[in-house]
Formats: sequence, structure tokens, C-alpha cells
Amino acid sequence: MVLVVGAGRVGAAVAKSALAAGHTVSVLDEDPLSHERLDAGQPTSWEDSGGRFTVGTAIEIDALLAAGIEDADIFIAATRGDNTNILVAQIAQRRFDVSHVIVRVLDPARSDWYGEQGLHTICAVKLGIALFQEAIEEIAS
Amino acid sequence: MYVIVVGGGKVGLNLARELIRNGQEVTLIEQERRAYLRIEQELEHAVQYGDGTELWVLERAGIQRADLVVAVTGDDEDNILICQVAKEKYLCDRIIARCNNPRNLQHFKLLGVQPAVSATDLILNLIEHEVPGHGLVHLLDLPDEELEIIEVEVTDGAPAAGQRISELGLPEGSLVISVLPPGKVGFVPKADTLIEAGSEVLVVLDPGLEPQIMAKFAPNGSSS
Repeated sequence: MVLVVGAGRVGAAVAKSALAAGHTVSVLDEDPLSHERLDAGQPTSWEDSGGRFTVGTAIEIDALLAAGIEDADIFIAATRGDNTNILVAQIAQRRFDVSHVIVRVLDPARSDWYGEQGLHTICAVKLGIALFQEAIEEIAS
Repeated sequence: MYVIVVGGGKVGLNLARELIRNGQEVTLIEQERRAYLRIEQELEHAVQYGDGTELWVLERAGIQRADLVVAVTGDDEDNILICQVAKEKYLCDRIIARCNNPRNLQHFKLLGVQPAVSATDLILNLIEHEVPGHGLVHLLDLPDEELEIIEVEVTDGAPAAGQRISELGLPEGSLVISVLPPGKVGFVPKADTLIEAGSEVLVVLDPGLEPQIMAKFAPNGSSS
């Protein structure tokens, strides 16, 4: 089971593709309206397609339990806030022993450091910077 | 002593002010531009502008040589992570974190961010202390030392009422350190001290022994 915390652009897209790939997917977001992002562009609603959606705050233990964290094999922290993501990922790892925890961290420095501490971090900013550098080099050469 | 205070709200600003008055070297970090400019009028070079959860901001403030990092922003996630990097990345000896929502205290504990100070809990404890008939009050918790001190009011008919300390059969890892009979001054008891119903006793104990202690002194939870 894949638990995605944060149904923003990144979280919703990751949740949808995981569901399409045949995984059981549960999504947690504090904003009930974020559910629309899960339905958008799909032939059937998120629930009809087999997805789960829970409204709740990421760092509230009750919300994590309601979203099914105890059954999660993969935990994805993809809210807008780096600090929320890094904290909730460590809660998933240390308190609930989720075997695979992946965290979205925008700040490259902390993405690196928490990566060294054993968190699987993904830093879109670093990827973006690398792509820009590549593009500049390509044009210059 | 060099102290970094993160968060220039009411708590952080007053803390920085008092520490400076006491002759300590202080850097306050505030991430909100307008608040920073206002504080800068007063504290001048002792305040820096930036997001205290970012490593370069902490490094610019000199976290490598800080003796104490205090995280008192209004955001518990921020306070936890600031203290976590202070302790684990920069090996700062002493940290103190503010816990805004007592429900988040468990997260501070989980990540080893101690001590975490919750104003709500402090006031709640004081209220519990003031409200008569409340069975048990936590006076001190030392999670690192695995010790706590509680105050219990001995109820009528409790197994301990009318017994001497030596006859109580208290579990290993617990000790009555003070007896406060109603209306009298408290004292340090001896083995043959008689425990009267209505007295308050202070007990130092290993965490987890609370139910056994309560069973002796206040089996129904509360007097009144």
C-alpha cells in the first residue's frame, strides 16, 4: 500500500500514477478541496477507481492512522512544506516502521543532509538547477 | 556563553533581551521581514534576517560555536527540525525547544528534541496543582534520567493510609521523599513515619510505576 501525504500537484500526480500502476493508494491532505485534483482528468472518481482519501493534518497521529499508515509499505511525504515533510517522514520511519519512506524536500542543503541521515529525499530544485546548467552548457557549446 | 534564539515573537524577543541584559552573547533569527526590521531597531547586530530552518542561515549565525540553541517559533515543525540539526549536524551541546501544541510533544520526544517546553502544559500542571481532589500531579519528568517525581494525595481507605513507610511494600525503583500532612509543613520521612489519609506524598519513581504507586495511595484515582 502506498500512502501519499499532501495532494498538491506532485502528490496528486504520484498518487494517480501509483493507482494506475495497480497499487493500493491512500492520500492524506488537510484540504478537502484537494480531492478535486485526484479526480481531474480521470474517467471515474478517485474512490470509484479504488483510491482512498482522508482529510487530516499530516503530523496528527490520528490522521495518519485513519489514512492507514500501519498498512503502508511506501510512505510519500509530498506536502508544500519542507519542514512538515521532513518531520512526518521521520514519524513514519521511526514510529510506524514503514519500510520505504520517500520525502519531497525543496531545500537542496537539507535534502543532502537528511539523505545522509538515511531518508530517501527527492529534491526537485536540485534537478531543476542541473537541467538549467545542462541547457546553458548545451547552448554555449 | 553564545546563544542562538530562533523566532523573534514575544517569547524569542524577550528571551534575547533578557539574555543580553545578563551579559550573554546572543543572535536572534527572525524570518519575517517587517518583524526583523522592527527588532533590528532595538537589538541592532544581535538580530539576523532569515529562515532559521535553513542550514546556511544557522551557519551564518555561527551555529558551529553556539553553546545553546533555543527554537521558539510559533511552528512546532520548525522548532523540532532546528533543534534536530543543531544537535545532530552541528553537535550543539544544549538545545531548548518550544512546543506550541502539546499534542506535538510526542514528536519532540521521538526525534530526541529535549527539553521541549510547552506553555500550555506548564499552565495545565499548575492548574492541576491548584485543583483540590486531583489525585496525581507530575512535579518533574526527567526522561533522559528515566526518573519522575509525582505528588499524590492519600485517600481515605487507601492501602497506605495509617501505614508506616516501611510497611507499604512500595515497588523497587520508587521512594517516598516527602510527606505533607494537611495543614502542616512537609518533611522528609523515615522508615517508621506514619502516612495519614489526606496527606500529600512526593514520590520519586521510575517511569511506568505510576499505576502501582497510585494503587497504594489513591486506588480510586482521586480523593474528594
